[in-house]
Amino acid sequence: MTTHGAAPGYRATTTLPLRVELVRQLRRRRTVLTLGFLALLPFLLWLAFRIGRDDRTRGGATLADLATASGLNFVMFTLFSTVSFLLVVVVALFFGDTVASEASWSSLRYLLAAPVPRGRLLRQKAVVAALLSVFALVLLPVVAMAVGVVAYGETDLISPTGQSLAFLPAASRLALVPAYLALQLAWVAGLALLLSVSTDAPLGAVGGAVMASILSQILETINALGDLRDYLPTRFNSAWADLLASPIDWTHLASGAFSGLTYATVFGLAAWWRFATKDITS
Amino acid sequence: MSRTIRRRLLVVLVITAVIAGAGVMLAIRATASSTRQVATENVTIDVPEGPGSAGQVHLDATVYRPAVTPAPAVLVAHGFGGSKNSVSTEATALARRGFVVLAWSARGFGASTGQIGLDSPDYEVADARALVDWLAKRPDVVRDGPGDPRVGVTGASYGGALALLLAGTDRRVDALAPEITWNDLSQALFPNAASPTSIRTATPAAGAFAPDGVFKRDWAGYFFGAGLAGAGGLCGRFPPEVCAAYVQAATTGSPTPEIVQLLHRSSPAAVAGNITAPTLLIQGEHDTLFGLDQADATARQLASAGAPLKVIWYAGGHDGGEPDAALQEQVGAWFDYHLRRKGSDPGTGFDYQVPGIFGTRSGVAQRTVHAPTYPGLDGVPVQRRELTLHGGPQPVIRPPGGSPAALSSLPGLSSALPAVATNGVAMDLPGQTATFSTDPLPDSLEITGAPQIRLRVAAAQTNTTAPPSDAVLFVKLYDVGPDGRRTLPGAAVAPVRIGPLAADGAPTEVTVTLAGVVRPVQAGHRLEVAVATTDRGYALPPQPAGYTVSLAPDGHLAVPVVPGEQAAAPLPVVQLAGLGILTALVLALGIVAALRRRHSEDADSGMAGVPLVVSGLTKRYPGGLTAVDDLSFRVEHGQVLGLLGPNGAGKTTVLRMLMGLVIPTGGQLRVFGHRVSAGSPVLSRVGSFVEGPGFLPHLTGAANLRLYWAATGRPAADAGIEETLEIAGLGHAVHRRVGTYSQGMKQRLAIAQAMLGKPDLLVLDEPTNGLDPPQIYAMREVLRDFAARGATVLVSSHLLAEVEQTCSHVVVMHRGRLVAAGTVAEIVAAAGVGIDGVDSRHQLEEAFLQLVGRQAIE
Repeated sequence: MTTHGAAPGYRATTTLPLRVELVRQLRRRRTVLTLGFLALLPFLLWLAFRIGRDDRTRGGATLADLATASGLNFVMFTLFSTVSFLLVVVVALFFGDTVASEASWSSLRYLLAAPVPRGRLLRQKAVVAALLSVFALVLLPVVAMAVGVVAYGETDLISPTGQSLAFLPAASRLALVPAYLALQLAWVAGLALLLSVSTDAPLGAVGGAVMASILSQILETINALGDLRDYLPTRFNSAWADLLASPIDWTHLASGAFSGLTYATVFGLAAWWRFATKDITS
Repeated sequence: MSRTIRRRLLVVLVITAVIAGAGVMLAIRATASSTRQVATENVTIDVPEGPGSAGQVHLDATVYRPAVTPAPAVLVAHGFGGSKNSVSTEATALARRGFVVLAWSARGFGASTGQIGLDSPDYEVADARALVDWLAKRPDVVRDGPGDPRVGVTGASYGGALALLLAGTDRRVDALAPEITWNDLSQALFPNAASPTSIRTATPAAGAFAPDGVFKRDWAGYFFGAGLAGAGGLCGRFPPEVCAAYVQAATTGSPTPEIVQLLHRSSPAAVAGNITAPTLLIQGEHDTLFGLDQADATARQLASAGAPLKVIWYAGGHDGGEPDAALQEQVGAWFDYHLRRKGSDPGTGFDYQVPGIFGTRSGVAQRTVHAPTYPGLDGVPVQRRELTLHGGPQPVIRPPGGSPAALSSLPGLSSALPAVATNGVAMDLPGQTATFSTDPLPDSLEITGAPQIRLRVAAAQTNTTAPPSDAVLFVKLYDVGPDGRRTLPGAAVAPVRIGPLAADGAPTEVTVTLAGVVRPVQAGHRLEVAVATTDRGYALPPQPAGYTVSLAPDGHLAVPVVPGEQAAAPLPVVQLAGLGILTALVLALGIVAALRRRHSEDADSGMAGVPLVVSGLTKRYPGGLTAVDDLSFRVEHGQVLGLLGPNGAGKTTVLRMLMGLVIPTGGQLRVFGHRVSAGSPVLSRVGSFVEGPGFLPHLTGAANLRLYWAATGRPAADAGIEETLEIAGLGHAVHRRVGTYSQGMKQRLAIAQAMLGKPDLLVLDEPTNGLDPPQIYAMREVLRDFAARGATVLVSSHLLAEVEQTCSHVVVMHRGRLVAAGTVAEIVAAAGVGIDGVDSRHQLEEAFLQLVGRQAIE
């Protein structure tokens, strides 16, 4: 069935194919730079550990001390040092920039008049942003793993609870980390998307989502808030470390996934509602 | 929306509402049960002052009443320096569980009168028995018999010892949960971890408990100070005999037999053998005051008395934090089961927490290991792994006055400075320390308890002093990383006093139990035993001395290991259910949206040939601005229609509504009979250029057009990209990034984009803005060609000449309203402008001004 009244060959369900949107995004310098930086970061960390010297001989170990214990620990350290800020920025960038930048270039109105149905445009853009985000979440540990194994060998992982995990089981546990991070960071994606359809300033959308993350982490440090802090979206952002304990304690992981997806759903629906009903004046 | 759709939508909404409602109900119920009302009642309970006195002591107490009574009771005793208020959280939690809870300030603390008797059987323990009597008289407390209430007792430290002492002297106690407390106070304050004979090895943390120990000066002083708080004088609220004992110990560093006697009386060790009530024994792994050896001794006594016993070692203690909410929950469950058979049997196993080896942002990660029994109590001794130590005889010196001294922990400060507890402050001094090290461990090892070692110590002649008659040494166990980093697990030190030493330098051989710790040691790390002559936490002999320390011939390190299962956390059912509900909700919404989309067509087949019909179109913005007001006009096939009006007339808003970008507040637009809404498929027959170009600046002009066409999803062959690029006339510039284009170039590219796929209706908003005259001329030609090929063109402009020269028909707008519509000639005629005598170029302008002027006056 051809769509009513459409030009020949036009079908709403084939507008803005993912491939096209992906090309549109991948040809942007910010995409390439972001992914390139993530791929470069493990090398910078490796260099830092090589150049720097730690002369402390007493006191307890920190995560950084163990980073060079094995390739896997290097991956763990890389994730640990990027989860609370850098990866938030990356996800916020891919989702927050996607609609707002089209609005700022005025190309949004031509896409919508093509016409790409609004719901579909938002969905395709969200899917591509999600693909890029997941790629970034996988890229970082994969490069870190390559750098780590070459630099520090494929010995056992020392988990935060002091357990030794053999290389292969530990590597498969680490492979689950990006999956969890993707679920946990979904709230950033949802919020950034909501902001992206609400403003014509890409920086505002990205910055807004990052600020929300920072605010949440600040509130998390206030002990007086007690159990209320469990409702903060960043509350479970370090629960991925639970994946490295034996046996895995799924409590915080499930809480983090639930919290992340709930926020993402609420923000995502709000974004969809806002975008479907707003007047495009950019 | 059709009726069936509406019904389906309703069903989905109802289901969603029911699911959401059920979730809310569950949440509310869960909240309600945890905040169940607890009534508190402040009471003063008078108890006899003590043996040989007719006076009374007034104990300040609070009763926490649960919602349902009668109920079993729980006594909650506070720690040294605290009061009944310092246990209010625990007391409230237990009352919420359904116990009548009695918390009181021990004599000498808080608002209670009397003097501090150090958990003396004659004073504090007698007080607690009186409180049990008092509870027996209350109608809201369940009784097992006359004068015998169903009662449990718990408390930490000072309160924990009281719990043991009460249970050991009062058979009416039905269950107890002592936390981080002592077994033998004289050993806690004057520990000696070395014994010339062998030390029992069956249990994991058995201590030497040898006599004549080393005074734990800092901790003792810290606690004596806590007892002085709020009271004047040297002795504060201590009775003279306790005060004198402390002064004696603090000044000489060694206890008199009377002091030992006094401390023994205050020790559960004296009575724990009588306890048969179920006991949950909780001890901290970070506790340099009451270490794991104290709980180990209590556990042995309780086991021999036949008390059902569960032991928990947790990653805290006097140096690392009080038992947390999760542990208090276990205490509550213990009383639930043993006082009223509620909940599941907590069993009689042994749980220990393994602290992680480094801190994360949310604190030190830890895990809990569960063993079926506390090893050594049922006849099966704990496993000990024997590690060979290396290191020859080493001379060590104790400096005069014991200064400078090594540092291992900061009593009383560690809990205030978590970093100290986590990272330790351990520091040894050269010349004072002998070290013996293992080889790097081939695989990881988990120290669970107190390792043992056999050492030889000999007196050494120094230049200035005679050989010492006995030795005071401090034995520590370090975890040494491959990079040389040393960590002192638990900040723990085993002080030893070895004597008498032979004056001729012949060694004395002793067995030393190191402090009990739980520590995962990684493969590749070494364990190092350090024997130091000084430690700042202890009273040191002021005389300088020299010793030679060496390993006994069989001098290996016997490390206790308790295999167990990682306590697996229960599956997080609530969160998983939440994820399920969330998924169902999103799916339902997706289905509703799809159904709505499929049925939103609105077409009038009678108008299929009419490119555009605008009827009653109105757009009001929030805030009262009416951009378009009841506008109606038609565009017929093949027309080149000019939408004319001054800036702000609402032309662009009309075009935006035509493109489905702005949603009309009233009226409608129909394009080829199809009503336009956001994303209407019929818009694919419309090519548009509205309010300036919109391109991706990082792509070339050609790439922009190709990707734009690709985004429409239509066949590439239909685009006619080459032709339109020709129309744009950009030459080689099409292969440059759009970001480098001039405004005019962008404009032409945008108009070319609007023409992609040969639309049936071309909408151009101010197309000649920014173009130079030859380009304007070319543009007109293009538009005429376009119309000649059967397409319809709608051009908006505020330039009259432009419209006049390009268009066949005109719609004149002003302030959102239609002013006039018709052919150019009709408009001119209607405006009443004489044709003669006026330059044709200005005809429309005259007409326009007339029309607009008339409108403005109206």
